[in-house]
Amino acid sequence: MNVPVHLRPDETFVLNLGPQHPATHGVLRVKLTMDGEYIVHAEPVLGYIHRMHEKLAEAGTFAQFMPNTARMDYLHALAFNHGWALVVEKAAGIEVPERAEYIRVITVELNRIASHLLWWAAFLLDLGGFTPLLYAFDDREQIIDLLERVTGSRLTYCYMRFGGVCNDIDDEFVAGTRAFIQRLRGRLPRIYHDLVTHNIILIKRIKDIGFVSAEQCRRYGATGPVARGSGISYDVRKNEPYSVYPEFDFDIPVFPEGDSMARYMVRMHEIEQSLRIIEQALDKLPGGPVLGKVPKMLKPEAGYSYSAVETARGSLGHRLVCDGGKNPYKLKLRSPTFSNLSLYGEVAEGMLLADALAFMGSLDLVIPEIDR
Amino acid sequence: METSIWRALFYLVGIMAFAALNAAYLVWCERKGAARIQRRSGPTEVGYEGLLQPLADGLKLMSKQLLVPRGVDGVIFRLAPVLAMIPGITSMVVIPFSGNIQARAMELSLLLIFALASLGMIAILLGGWASGNKYAIISSARAVSQNLAYEIPMLITAITVVMISGSMNLREIALDQQGGFWQWNIFRLENGHFLTMWVSFIIFFICSVAETNRAPFDMAEAESELVAGYMTEYGSMGYGLFMMGEYINIVVGACLTATLFLGGWDCPFGLTSGVWWFILKIYILIFTVIWIRWTYPRTQIYRLLNLSWKILIPFSMANLLLTAALIKVF
Amino acid sequence: MNSYWSDIINGGKSLVVGLGITAREFFKPVVTEQYPWETPTMTARFRGHIELIGNAETGAPNCVVCGMCQRACPSNCISLDGQKAEGGKGKVLTRYILDFTKCSLCGSCVESCNFNAIRFSREYNLASFDKNDFVMDLMKRLEDQNRCKH
Repeated sequence: MNVPVHLRPDETFVLNLGPQHPATHGVLRVKLTMDGEYIVHAEPVLGYIHRMHEKLAEAGTFAQFMPNTARMDYLHALAFNHGWALVVEKAAGIEVPERAEYIRVITVELNRIASHLLWWAAFLLDLGGFTPLLYAFDDREQIIDLLERVTGSRLTYCYMRFGGVCNDIDDEFVAGTRAFIQRLRGRLPRIYHDLVTHNIILIKRIKDIGFVSAEQCRRYGATGPVARGSGISYDVRKNEPYSVYPEFDFDIPVFPEGDSMARYMVRMHEIEQSLRIIEQALDKLPGGPVLGKVPKMLKPEAGYSYSAVETARGSLGHRLVCDGGKNPYKLKLRSPTFSNLSLYGEVAEGMLLADALAFMGSLDLVIPEIDR
Repeated sequence: METSIWRALFYLVGIMAFAALNAAYLVWCERKGAARIQRRSGPTEVGYEGLLQPLADGLKLMSKQLLVPRGVDGVIFRLAPVLAMIPGITSMVVIPFSGNIQARAMELSLLLIFALASLGMIAILLGGWASGNKYAIISSARAVSQNLAYEIPMLITAITVVMISGSMNLREIALDQQGGFWQWNIFRLENGHFLTMWVSFIIFFICSVAETNRAPFDMAEAESELVAGYMTEYGSMGYGLFMMGEYINIVVGACLTATLFLGGWDCPFGLTSGVWWFILKIYILIFTVIWIRWTYPRTQIYRLLNLSWKILIPFSMANLLLTAALIKVF
Repeated sequence: MNSYWSDIINGGKSLVVGLGITAREFFKPVVTEQYPWETPTMTARFRGHIELIGNAETGAPNCVVCGMCQRACPSNCISLDGQKAEGGKGKVLTRYILDFTKCSLCGSCVESCNFNAIRFSREYNLASFDKNDFVMDLMKRLEDQNRCKH
């Protein structure tokens, strides 16, 4: 235990931020050693929702793992679907038709917006503002209705297949998505920024709280909005491009301040950039099939393959080892939130408890993804 | 005013009824108001538009077991919720609802209300301490420091009103403002007071929201260490009494603001005044308090205290000096 | 000193703007669906639990008991039995049990069926006090549906 030398053990007490949280982060336990209101040492304890997904991958065939991918990060499930589809397509050498690639990008970006909206709502709920939750969920309901029309599910999608996607999109979806883009663009400046982002109470609450330096991000391997909020300009969609992302014109928001406000602004700007990508994808959508030619029983050659995708929380990596059989030999998932959470112990030292909670909210944690 | 026993009884029953009805139905107003702001409907099932919901909630609370945990200080634990209700209801004795409806017109009624508000603070402290819960004590300590910090600007701005009206009797302060909204203290055109009075009004309103521990200043009850604060250990009616006390305090705060700044029972256009104008004014103020709660997130405890010590107190002191100067000059 | 004043002025402005936004939202209509007085209609592709498709004329299930759905399911939800058809080839379905407590609605069974025998239903109103209500006998469900049609 890392208690500073000048504090005797009886001057501090241990507070358990237990596995049951009022906030929507999941089952995370943090053992806090407190000196009055200040945190002396913070130790996250994980494992309360470990469901052995990586072992489950070895128990079934490649296609049978697809529903599991959505259960890990249920807020951005389509990106996890995408990552798994990419790694198996790489291992087996499957071609994906262009229309399917565009549909994948559109649905993944819609899901990213939904994930960021829920993060915004839950973050503000932690800070005590109850109304923005309902406004964000109004918009999120539109996205989920659109995605339900195509995939059949509202939250845990099992939509992508090796070689494409399983259902095609129709004109109603395209029209609905365009209408949604207009609607959200109209609501963003007023309800999201005027009501919340420029509010002096919120600014005082998250500005200069939870400073994470770029050096700390590199040491812990934090990616996604956490790294981009500390000045590191790294986004898997631009630095290690996959699918048809090189065809779209979008920016990566990077804010150098490193505090919670910077991470907040990164995610708000990412929503706008995702809207741009979806618009361009809808304009360029080609015709054609949505599922390529895939053998019935997939048996990739023995070897390693790795794929990285950008989820709403960071860079998700799948490392697949095949042995020529119909089950994967080993799957390792690199979870972005796990690396983001590891920062918490170092950064939370010396913070007030309520500030530490605001910092945790700005990291955008989804615990089932950490524990897999 | 005669001091017959019937009058006392009438006012006793009347004030208790007013307080109890307000405590119950303000919950309904809050839930419906919050729902409409959030684009949803509030309670709609129990009674027409949920009007019987407070009845259902009250029955539920009364039928639950009143748990007194082992290790608490028995007498104080049971006393604290009752003590939280007392200042609110007692303050209503001196509030002038109209020219003819006032239980007691005392010379120092303003001072009485502030003194009773401090008693309410003690109730929070006792509630937290008697619970024997680490988090309850910390939360009630925070609540006390918050209440203390916000009482000071409240008193200073009340002094500006007293200086203008020349009396601490609430009835006389209200009578001084009769005759249309240009006579009200907030707009006081004579002697150039309109320059300072609107600042007084804003400061007083913010302080009254903070005194009653309402969002965005609700450190004590909502977030403290992720548990419920000084009310953690309280079960059915103990919690009910704390909540009722809070709503009654809001009503008293609104009544006080209306009397000091908005002319009491005066009609804004100079026509017939009466108790209905007073009721309208306090409900507009209460609705504003509800509106504020559902719009803003919560402040941090040190930001809260900074707001009071660094912003409200200097402004209210400057206001006081300016008002005194204006009175002296004109 | 500058930030003191700018905080007060800009901060005050932002608070008033915020109040204005919630006031406007107060007067807009309610967006929630008043369930159970208004029920939603599910989309065509909505994934409820699976059900058997019956032949248009005879009402018998199209299933030929090939077992592809049972093999494709990642969660071992499906168990089915058949017996040899009278008059020669093929099998006739005698029992099709879906254990919905384990189903993840992945769609592998529906996609693997070559005989148009199963599809997603649109049941969403599933709540019960007994776990055994979710071990569904799909043949019985098909019979009930056939009976309702006539």
